[in-house]
Amino acid sequence: MSNAAEHQATRRDFIYYATAGAGAVITGASVWPLVNQMNPSADVLALASIRQDVSAVEPGMQLTVLWQGKPVFIRHRTGAEIAEAQAQDAEAATFIDGLSRNENLDATADASDANRVMPSPEGEAEGAWIVQMGVCTHLGCVPLGDGAGDFGGWFCPCHGSHYDLAGRIRKGPAPENLPVPPARWVDSTTIELG
Amino acid sequence: MGGIPHDHYEPKSNAEKWLDSRLPIVGLIYGTLMIPTPKNLNWMWIWGIVLAFTLALQIATGVVLVMHYTPHVDMAFQSVEHIMRDVNGGHMIRYFHMNGASLFFVAVYAHMFRGLYYGSYKAPREVTWIIGMLIFILMMATGFLGYVLPWGQMSFHGTAVITGLFGAIPFVGESLQTWLLGASAVGQPALNRFFSLHYLLPFVIAALVIVHIWAFHTTGNNNPTGVEVRRGSKEEAEKDTLPFWPYFVIKDLFALAVILTVFVAIVGFMPNFLGHPDNYIEANALVTPAHIVPEWYFLPFYAILRAFDNTVWVVIFAEWISFGIIDAKFFGVLAMFGAIAVMALVPWLDTSSTRSGRYRPMFKWWFAILCVDFIVLMWAGAMPAEGIYPIIALIGATYWFAYFLVILPLLGVIEKPMAPPATIEDDFNAHYGQTAASDNSAASPAE
Repeated sequence: MSNAAEHQATRRDFIYYATAGAGAVITGASVWPLVNQMNPSADVLALASIRQDVSAVEPGMQLTVLWQGKPVFIRHRTGAEIAEAQAQDAEAATFIDGLSRNENLDATADASDANRVMPSPEGEAEGAWIVQMGVCTHLGCVPLGDGAGDFGGWFCPCHGSHYDLAGRIRKGPAPENLPVPPARWVDSTTIELG
Repeated sequence: MGGIPHDHYEPKSNAEKWLDSRLPIVGLIYGTLMIPTPKNLNWMWIWGIVLAFTLALQIATGVVLVMHYTPHVDMAFQSVEHIMRDVNGGHMIRYFHMNGASLFFVAVYAHMFRGLYYGSYKAPREVTWIIGMLIFILMMATGFLGYVLPWGQMSFHGTAVITGLFGAIPFVGESLQTWLLGASAVGQPALNRFFSLHYLLPFVIAALVIVHIWAFHTTGNNNPTGVEVRRGSKEEAEKDTLPFWPYFVIKDLFALAVILTVFVAIVGFMPNFLGHPDNYIEANALVTPAHIVPEWYFLPFYAILRAFDNTVWVVIFAEWISFGIIDAKFFGVLAMFGAIAVMALVPWLDTSSTRSGRYRPMFKWWFAILCVDFIVLMWAGAMPAEGIYPIIALIGATYWFAYFLVILPLLGVIEKPMAPPATIEDDFNAHYGQTAASDNSAASPAE
């Protein structure tokens, strides 16, 4: 009965390893669905893209919409705001985050105002529309808009992060510019997010 | 159970013998309740009973609250208000459950610092200590999950911040956070699963409590002198100990009654004192409360999390040496979990052969500073992260790590401890005089 002294593989060794191997595979196959069920479900993923009518948003106004459970700031900038944001490009050396953080562009694009804004629909000044996540890159609070903060853009009341008119982080603990989500014009008054 | 010689249960009647030969459950309960307990235990040894009571309180009130609660983003807040206004006695049940969490943490911190002072974590009680730390971590998880359920502003935005901690982990963080939340942001999937886990974890805690008790019933209780009970014979052991029932049960129940008097006064007269008013505003994803603060029992660790920003040299160094993988955000997360990890490792960090802090003249002072440090961190965690507060939190966090990683290992080498008494009986006699000591029979109460 005993194979303890024999070093060659026996039928019993084979059955032992085959059983253990099958057991490991079955355990893994049983546990994975229990883990995977916690990932976003189909209906949550189906809401990954929304369309927003922005025809009522006049220059100087900001619309906040919920996209994938997070606020998105859609700002229609005035001529003065565009000029101010473009003038800030000259201070690029002092930017905390030098990248555009724009999902519509290459990841290496710099944080110039032109790289942060949406392309304008026909008949509007370039840089009139800026769309960005309303989630502070520090700890996820929602920043205040409409000229708040030292740079006239957004200000996060939680831990004092200041963003300029192009949503670039200029002062405070946040490490990155406000992210620009995938966004495009469906027609001249409707933006699709996602 | 256990190495201390003591009486065992002997079934007498035929019915008892019948049951005992099939399921020795009466003997198990007898052995657990009659465990020989060092007779010099002081008032810091009451927190175990308080904790056991609080766990039962939380499970009992929690189970009935679930009968009226709806885990849905549109209805959760209303269902809590329904409990508060419409359910018979619902407001008291909820206030007991809410403040019960605070009682739980008051007791667990007292219990842990008791263990840290009297060296209860030292050999051979390391496993008891580790199980205790697991219970503590599960308690924090359960407390956090439960705070989310009323779906107020603090619930919602606190969840965003806390799950954001997992998002700070390099490479896998974002997918991990999405997996935890079941979506890219806090919402229905998160609320539903947090409810499920908040119901589950207390039962895991209850199971670990049994293991915790099993472990220290095997090693025997520590005591204020840190001197072990003599185990040579039953007579010798009985000079050092008294059975847990009735002596310590009565003492513990008295202490519990005093503590519950204070607790019920808080529940009855100032039930929202320890809470935050923002959580009575329904969750709104578009507006963040101006100042996000966790519940008081998380504040020391929250302060450590926030203490390490990108201006601290160790953070800058860690970022440089890891090629930017460990940034300030992740460093803060590591520091927070590290603060708990060093506590869990204390049995192997403390090199002193003297168990009780009572006989360690230098240790006493460092331990006192640690207690003050804990309070200071708690206070700093409640303050806004600006001005002087981050610096105070950084000093506090530094001392926390220094105590466990530098001071405890070194003290064991440089400190000259005083001699503890030879036996527990000697300590007891020195305290109560010879009259009580002359009568060694277990039938006579000690004072």
